[in-house]
Amino acid sequence: MKQPSPRGDASALLLAVIGETVASQEESLSRLDAVVEASLARTPDILHDEDLQLTLFCLYELHYSGIDEAGDDWEWNPHLLGVRQRIEAAFEAGVRAATVVGTLPAATSEAVCAELFRLTGEDSGPSMSRFVAKSASHDQLREFLVHRSVSQLREADPHTWAIPRLTGRAKAALVEIQADEYGNGLLPRMHSVLFARTMRELGMDDTYGAYLDAAPAITLASNNLMSLFGLNRRLRGAIVGHLAAYEMTSSQPNRLYSRGFTRHGYGEDATGYFDEHVEADAVHEQIAGRDMAGGLVESDPHLLGDVLFGAAAALAVGSLMTVHIMDAWEEDRSSLRTAGAMAS
Amino acid sequence: MSADALDGVGGGAAPVPAHPLNSGDAAPVSVVACPDGPLLIRGDFQLVGADGSELPRTRRTVALCRCGASVLKPYCDGSHKLIGFRSDP
Repeated sequence: MKQPSPRGDASALLLAVIGETVASQEESLSRLDAVVEASLARTPDILHDEDLQLTLFCLYELHYSGIDEAGDDWEWNPHLLGVRQRIEAAFEAGVRAATVVGTLPAATSEAVCAELFRLTGEDSGPSMSRFVAKSASHDQLREFLVHRSVSQLREADPHTWAIPRLTGRAKAALVEIQADEYGNGLLPRMHSVLFARTMRELGMDDTYGAYLDAAPAITLASNNLMSLFGLNRRLRGAIVGHLAAYEMTSSQPNRLYSRGFTRHGYGEDATGYFDEHVEADAVHEQIAGRDMAGGLVESDPHLLGDVLFGAAAALAVGSLMTVHIMDAWEEDRSSLRTAGAMAS
Repeated sequence: MSADALDGVGGGAAPVPAHPLNSGDAAPVSVVACPDGPLLIRGDFQLVGADGSELPRTRRTVALCRCGASVLKPYCDGSHKLIGFRSDP
């Protein structure tokens, strides 16, 4: 993706280092340690910290599509991995502090599945989907797509990291879900491709990262959460719980999102993405709860707490993102960092 | 929907209808009765309407509505959760 604009000392220095625009690489990498330590020490809330979330996002991005002007070798640079781990530790602690995991169910597939459905069925906070269905303006639809584009233009990728870490029933279930996410071999049905089509229908740029500068910290945090869970094997239970929670909170909201785009006169080319998810995720949530999450816990009962934590974390961070967007919309202002960034 | 519809490929001797979503050799069909939820159908099957014509289908594994509230029938759209559907008698 193209280089994003820095949001503070840490992201500015990281982008300069990997863009190789610094005089001394060694000196700059050491300075990066100090800058990140100082940022971590003074941030009041890492989930809403623009500079640290962008820095972490860019460090993760080296494992996905890469960053323009940054050489591919940076991906496994030990120094950058160390920086990433320090930010990850603080981020994980912040997420755990924001997440409530209740009493754990029995370590059986049905009990885990039932608890995940109970957890995801609890009403929490404002509903963005109802607002989009009934009231969102055209500009707000575009803002909504900006927030979602960070994850949906590469939909399913962060959860794919989990595939080689699972075995047996849980692995078969995850692959069954992911194959559907990727269109079962049919490119036009790949969910990221359907999302790109929706963006183009609204006259937006469907290049990955085109609107990253407009995405606030909490939107980056919701993406960083998936990469944190997906890229750390010790958190394999959490990435599985995260996916289950995503699938279980998708069908009905997507029906409402579709309605919002229809209300503004858009047809199947724009609503296809959302309509597909109503049907797909009604299938996926069953597979995810029973076979993937339940199957993982039955084969590895000590992961029970991690699975529930991953699900609860997905809901908690998702809820913070919804609050950020709805607070702005209710005050009739943009939920983006730079509203101009999405002008076309 | 009849049981025949679920078991459209027949067992063993019956020829396997060509379907782009089927894997070739007949795979055993399984129907999972999800507690408080839909019927999840996996394997090589054909989903047909009352007149025998094939229903639109875009994925290998499907979830069929059994609460009656889906707007995508015969497929599930998750509505069972909103109406508090219980599968236990």
